[in-house]
Amino acid sequence: MNAIDNKWIGKRTIRPDGADKVTGRAGYSADHSMPGMIWGRVLRSPHPHAVIRGIDTSKAEALPGVKAVVTAKDIVDFPLDKSVMLGIQDMRWMCRNIMAREKALFHGHPVAAVAAISEEVAEAACKLIEVDYEVLPHVIEIEDAIKPDAPILHDFVRHEGKPSNIATTMVNKLGDVDAGFAQADLIIERSFKTRPVHQGYIEPHACTVSHAADGKVTIWSSSQGQFMVRAMTSLLTGIPQSNIRAIPAEIGGGFGAKTIIYLEPVAVMLAKKSGRPVKMVMSRDEVFRATGPTSGSMSTVKIGVKKDGSIVAAQGTFYLQAGGLPGSPLRGPVGCSFSPYNIENVLSVGYDVVSNRSKVAAYRAPGAPLGAYATECVLDEIAEKLGMDKLELRLKNTAKPGGKTVYGATFGQITFKETVEAIKNHPHYTAPLDKNPSKGVVRGRGVASGFWFNAGGESSAQVNLTEDGNVTVTTGHPDVGGSRASIANVTAELLGIDHSRISVLIGDTSSIGFSNLTGGSRVTFASAMVVTQSTEKVIGQLKERAAKIWKIDPEAVIWDNGEARPAGPNAGQFPPLTLKELAAKANEMGGPIGAGVQLNTTGADPGFATHCVDVEVDVDLGIVRVLRYTAAQDVGRALHPSYVEGQIQGGVVQGIGWALSEEYLYNAKGQLDNASFLDYRMPVCSDVPMIEPIMLEIPNPKHPQGVRGVGEAPIVPPLAAIANAIHDALGKRFYSLPMSPPKVLEVIDAR
Amino acid sequence: MTDIRYLAPPTLDEAVSAFAAAQGAARILAGGTDLLVQMRNGMARPGTIIDIKKIPEMTSVTESADGGFWVGAAVSGAALAEHPRFGKVWPGVLEAINLIGSTQVQGRASPGGNLCHGSPAADSVPAMVAAGAVVTIAGPNGRRTMPVEAFPAGPGRTNLAAGEILVGFTLPARPAGSGDAYLRMIPRTEMDIAVVGVGVSLTMAGGVVAAARVGLGAAAPTVLLVPDAARALVGSKLDDAALNAAAAACSAACKPIDDKRGTIVYRTKVAAVLLKRAAAIAADRAQGKA
Ligand SMILES: Cc1cc2nc3c(=O)[nH]c(=O)nc-3n(C[C@H](O)[C@H](O)[C@H](O)COP(=O)(O)OP(=O)(O)OC[C@H]3O[C@@H](n4cnc5c(N)ncnc54)[C@H](O)[C@@H]3O)c2cc1C
Repeated sequence: MNAIDNKWIGKRTIRPDGADKVTGRAGYSADHSMPGMIWGRVLRSPHPHAVIRGIDTSKAEALPGVKAVVTAKDIVDFPLDKSVMLGIQDMRWMCRNIMAREKALFHGHPVAAVAAISEEVAEAACKLIEVDYEVLPHVIEIEDAIKPDAPILHDFVRHEGKPSNIATTMVNKLGDVDAGFAQADLIIERSFKTRPVHQGYIEPHACTVSHAADGKVTIWSSSQGQFMVRAMTSLLTGIPQSNIRAIPAEIGGGFGAKTIIYLEPVAVMLAKKSGRPVKMVMSRDEVFRATGPTSGSMSTVKIGVKKDGSIVAAQGTFYLQAGGLPGSPLRGPVGCSFSPYNIENVLSVGYDVVSNRSKVAAYRAPGAPLGAYATECVLDEIAEKLGMDKLELRLKNTAKPGGKTVYGATFGQITFKETVEAIKNHPHYTAPLDKNPSKGVVRGRGVASGFWFNAGGESSAQVNLTEDGNVTVTTGHPDVGGSRASIANVTAELLGIDHSRISVLIGDTSSIGFSNLTGGSRVTFASAMVVTQSTEKVIGQLKERAAKIWKIDPEAVIWDNGEARPAGPNAGQFPPLTLKELAAKANEMGGPIGAGVQLNTTGADPGFATHCVDVEVDVDLGIVRVLRYTAAQDVGRALHPSYVEGQIQGGVVQGIGWALSEEYLYNAKGQLDNASFLDYRMPVCSDVPMIEPIMLEIPNPKHPQGVRGVGEAPIVPPLAAIANAIHDALGKRFYSLPMSPPKVLEVIDAR
Repeated sequence: MTDIRYLAPPTLDEAVSAFAAAQGAARILAGGTDLLVQMRNGMARPGTIIDIKKIPEMTSVTESADGGFWVGAAVSGAALAEHPRFGKVWPGVLEAINLIGSTQVQGRASPGGNLCHGSPAADSVPAMVAAGAVVTIAGPNGRRTMPVEAFPAGPGRTNLAAGEILVGFTLPARPAGSGDAYLRMIPRTEMDIAVVGVGVSLTMAGGVVAAARVGLGAAAPTVLLVPDAARALVGSKLDDAALNAAAAACSAACKPIDDKRGTIVYRTKVAAVLLKRAAAIAADRAQGKA
């Protein structure tokens, strides 16, 4: 823990949204209703791949109770030849994802939507819509999609001049890998596969939308960015942003997937056509079938080392599933896989592969875990072959400040080495492990590291004094991980007042300045920065007011522990003025007190993590259980330690699911076969041990409190750490995920 | 889900007549943990729901003078766990019922619902089969009984005739030296569906198996009684040879499918492993070691 002892920062204060959440009062997406509201339902494609020759909605429209029907004709068309970007999202794909246009590209792809007086009527009307499909052969897996004779999804996609399902290629290069490998004493090259996994948020997508007679639109929905909701809805409906107000609801998890929208533009068009407020709520089945999982992958990683363990060259080839439309997170594996290490020669190549599954969406450190899985498993094998301690191998090669990364950045202060050392010196790593505790049970220990870029970007804040001398802080970021609690701590600390006197709110798009997505591990970093600057302005105003009252120079006033005081005996003798007293006099002494700051924040240096895990394998059933897990990470400064720990523990648990049990299963007809939490096996509480976070607090010099983003790095190492632990237990390596019981037993029985 | 009639008759006779009167448009409601899920996902659209939890016979657990047990079809897992005697006599049956779902689900889920839902993976059924339970059925033509293993007809199907209701389970009196156990394989630790489940009931005398029954779940279209496995155990001291023979019989009885929950190969292997483990636990219980 950090040596600094703050009064509020670093303390486990009660979170502002806690009571509402545990008592069920918190208003999530589906909780909003309006008078006169009607219900929207989506008709989805029963085919994984089909040309839509025509849609006849007349019977649905004639059904009593139906108020509006929407198809792709009602959504703005972004022609295929011109890219229009909103952040990293291409509107050509977004408009086709929310409503199929020329083709249905996956089972569950929306083809039309109905609004009616009840969900039942809307559902019945969907069944009356006649879609004329020309069913096409479909392709699901990467290896099939890249075959020369594969069904081609899009005529406009070309690879090496030929029609293909490879939509994009990304190449990152450093030095000369051939020359590098030529110097190597040992080269290991292995291929790996991972399955698509869903973000698994508990709250399904939902929204309520009103389109008033004056053309003003209001949207209530949960998302990872109300400004994204506004901008994307505006682009997809053609309604100007100034006419749209997006009100953020509490969010029941997003993990990246709520950085895009599915329902809002459709609901807006239904509301516009019907003149009635429209509510839409996805079922869990729809969430699994038609909202983004992250990419499955096929990758090959080759690493060359000298006898002493120094890495001389590394090469990675990563094929990622995009789903029905282009846009997989190539940057994750291409940029992150080798970045913890100081390697002169790197070639990292990614391919974006379309196939007939739902379009992927961001998931916590998008793409980085599947890349680290390959790299960190190969490193484990190298350490084994060299007879070197696994952490020593990493320490020998840690990236250095000033080092160049394959993705182009040059490192500033980095703290990877510290995470490796923290694990190396931790009692978990040094404790002996009984590898064969009983008949039929073996145990093993594994380690792995991971890297994530982190991000800064646009944020806005407004800090206002209430007339009774308390404080409201408004930011533009949905709170997915406890950011309001951290912001309350920061504001209380700066103002020197009790935490309970601060109320932290999330503004809607009309009440606070533009704020970019809650994502990229950026929100605590960026919002603490704008809140700090806003609060400092407020303190400046408070000092000025005191100076005015005392009739002394503002420079001669200090702010200390919630009060203005004269800076020293020379400034004069005045009893201190508290925040409450100054607030009471605010209006007569010059007007309300408050300040806002809007910034494009910078200085979010990358995050590194190193993990250690013990597993136990039941060799007769092939079941792997995680016994102990320790995760070390440089968190900069833990503004609120509980929520930093929560991020680390949550990331690890999602990684455990990815490694051991989660996967999308498609049947021969190209339909998702396990669209429920019963058969899509996310870990439950009893599947995971207490995950011990080691929070290294090495302040980020570019941030007022020293914050470093923490949300994503923790999901990067677990896949490889667990694979390496299973190898340690069984002496067998696994090259594909999930390492589910049937697969594990098959490998054991192959002995 | 609009316009559903809800009835909660206080007697079985009234339930039977209401059920018959509805002519197939009604569904029986015990705990509802299967039925309500089916209604929500559109698989069931009953016009009438007949709640049987107000019928004393169907919610009671009684021990007869000879040591047998009556378990009403609608008794919840949690209520059965609170019975002072049942879990001592039938620890395997109780653990199977208590494995269903979670604490919340246990407050409602019943062994009757578990059996009537007709899932080959129903957890309580292999344990009931091993226990030699007999079910009582009531319908427009009166009452009848059958061994529990004769009840399922296939995935989601039972041998209940139209208008018949399952009333409850009769478990036989238990000789001294008896014990039972149920084990299931699930990839997670809870909130999952059995990939394979095995129930074993043994009576031991002087370290030798005097009587045995084996129930096998999720390995065929219905839960199975595996007489060959039982025969391999009877007369043995549960030595490796006997256990291997019984395990092989269990695997041989498997007629599983490859599906999202498990492969044929995996299920067949796991059936053998679970048989051995469950037999060991049942034997320990029979001999007062556990
Ligand atoms: C979250 C969750 C977890 C679950 N986990 C498990 C598990 O681990 N293992 C497992 O085996 N099951 C599991 N289930 C399924 C379910 O809980 C069990 O099958 C349970 O035993 C059903 O009992 P019930 O009383 O709720 O049945 P109900 O839902 O009331 O009834 C089930 C079916 O049987 C019919 N029925 C009920 N009683 C009678 C009767 N007396 N006569 C004629 N028909 C009748 C009903 O009409 C219905 O079709 C789970 C369900 C949920 C929701």
